[in-house]
Amino acid sequence: MESLRRAWLWFDDRTGLGSALGPSIKHPVPPNSASWFYVFGSATLFAFMLQVATGVTLAFMYVPSAGEAYQSLQYITDQTTFGRIVRGMHNWGASAMILLIGVHMVRVYLTAAYKFPREMHWISGVVLWALTVIMAFSGQVIRWDQTAVWSTIVASEQAGRIPLIGTWVAQFLIGGETIGGATLSRMFAYHVFIVPALLFLFIGLHLYLVIKNGISEFPKAGKPVDPKTYREEYENLVKKKGIPFWPDAAWRDMVFGFIVITTILLIALIIGPPALGPPPNPSNIDALPVPDWYFVFYFAFLALMPPQMETYLMVFGPLLVGALLFFLPFISNKGERSPLRRPWAVAIVALTIASISGLWAIGITSPWSPHFDAKPLTTQIIGAESGPIYRGGEYFNEKGCLYCHTISGHGGERGPNLTYIGDRLSTDEITWRIMNGGLNMPGFGGTLSNEELADLVVFLKSRTRENQELSSE
Amino acid sequence: MSEKTKTSEECSRRAFFTHISYTLGGLAAVMVGIPIVGSILAPIVNKPKPIWRPVGEVKNFTIGDTVIVSFIDSSPLPWAGVTSETAAWLRRSGEQEFICFSVNCAHLGCPVRWVAGARLFMCPCHGGVYYEDGSVAAGPPPRGLYNYPVRINNGQVEILTSPIPITTV
Ligand code: FES
Repeated sequence: MESLRRAWLWFDDRTGLGSALGPSIKHPVPPNSASWFYVFGSATLFAFMLQVATGVTLAFMYVPSAGEAYQSLQYITDQTTFGRIVRGMHNWGASAMILLIGVHMVRVYLTAAYKFPREMHWISGVVLWALTVIMAFSGQVIRWDQTAVWSTIVASEQAGRIPLIGTWVAQFLIGGETIGGATLSRMFAYHVFIVPALLFLFIGLHLYLVIKNGISEFPKAGKPVDPKTYREEYENLVKKKGIPFWPDAAWRDMVFGFIVITTILLIALIIGPPALGPPPNPSNIDALPVPDWYFVFYFAFLALMPPQMETYLMVFGPLLVGALLFFLPFISNKGERSPLRRPWAVAIVALTIASISGLWAIGITSPWSPHFDAKPLTTQIIGAESGPIYRGGEYFNEKGCLYCHTISGHGGERGPNLTYIGDRLSTDEITWRIMNGGLNMPGFGGTLSNEELADLVVFLKSRTRENQELSSE
Repeated sequence: MSEKTKTSEECSRRAFFTHISYTLGGLAAVMVGIPIVGSILAPIVNKPKPIWRPVGEVKNFTIGDTVIVSFIDSSPLPWAGVTSETAAWLRRSGEQEFICFSVNCAHLGCPVRWVAGARLFMCPCHGGVYYEDGSVAAGPPPRGLYNYPVRINNGQVEILTSPIPITTV
């Protein structure tokens, strides 16, 4: 024991690390900041450390070559010792980071900790958030399967909508004009070198700032921030009532961090990494690129917005959100901090969470996609075994109507449900719609013969509540 | 008096060294930066030559049918493996006529599928639909499907490789 102590004293004497870091670890913090509301930032940091450790481990086994990455991922998942768990942790750790950053941001926003003198904390945090999103996307791409390839194409197409320089940005992303040898290497370079370097830099800044300006005290209603007096008041508070960060405040961070890390490990053990899709073959068109869950709401947003506005929203939407977040501390950096006195802040958070979860819920089922695997209508549903109604029902299956319209529980959700269409529209109206189509419906005037059209209309006209009840009896 | 001269001399010496340091630092950064930035941006500037790729003999295609064909793209790197493959929808529209469509939806690039029964191309992503001539039938695509040039060469159907079509505004 004694020799260990002496070794430490020698080390500390030569490096000065103990005396340099000691004060910052033990620096006093406001007593009411030692609270369970304040654990999300540190938990994000723990999750990040896990990402670094698992990411480096994966780099030991992963081959960042467009032709071979897929096999190396299969190898990691199926053949290496613990590789499956490490990949699982890296994947779920990414989810945890996104989630924890979100909660941390909401906490900071609601308690207005971004106000004077902590503007730069918030701004560096916004940069960290953006970098994390880039990590999440590039990580998804270097999970080099079919979805990765098609997601890259979709992302480049979105970049292509940027005015003037769109095509260049798109080609920069995929590393040329086609998906191929260069694409993965570039994504790999972003994911393991460039963005992590920036992350380390900004995490360093973020933590340094927390020590420089101190952890914000939990806000009290009716005690606004006044830049003229704030610093002095804060220092007095900390001097008189402050408690040492380590261990009085930090133990909660450790407890929560432990729970987070254990949860990630457990999920990795039980569920494992996401299954690899088919190999990354751009000529395999049997693909429906759906992003990882944290992008699903944005995916839904893209799908639901009206096509005329889409280019603007696609390019300027994220820019605007980013700019608003970035400049938030300049919009208001003093005044009330308590959420009790900032109803607008609470409303904004509630609205954001509601719209994200709403979009998310829609995104999971993606009703705007044609369902190519919809189960064809059975003769029982059609309600006839021969004759025009039967033939019309078969055309409904064959002509692709089924992919977008549901009848009696079979089919897609892109267009209106046609189970009782016969009650709603007249024969003429049905005919007119099939022939001419509409915004989201192709006109079939050019492809249907008169007989086919007639049969289809008869079939659809027979979709009435009355007939349905008869057939189900 | 002498002290003052000394100070200003010191200052100009200092200013000189400051300038030297900035200039040399900047120069080094620019010299090193050109090859670095240049090689990162090269893929944007280098335009691969379009190449005619055979996709099968004319007699193997039935008149009126639209089929998927795959071929190697215009800029395959030796290690690209399966990712250098790309696909197109090819239709034999007459004895000697072919027409070829990009599989990339003009909306956001998802792979469109040919639904033979309906004679339509349908996109799985956001419900874009195209008529058999490639024009927009429904949904969000702002323009029709892109076409690839096709030719017949020694009884072979050949497609001119092209970049992934990026829909711009
Ligand atoms: S990519 Fe085809 S409709 Fe959006």
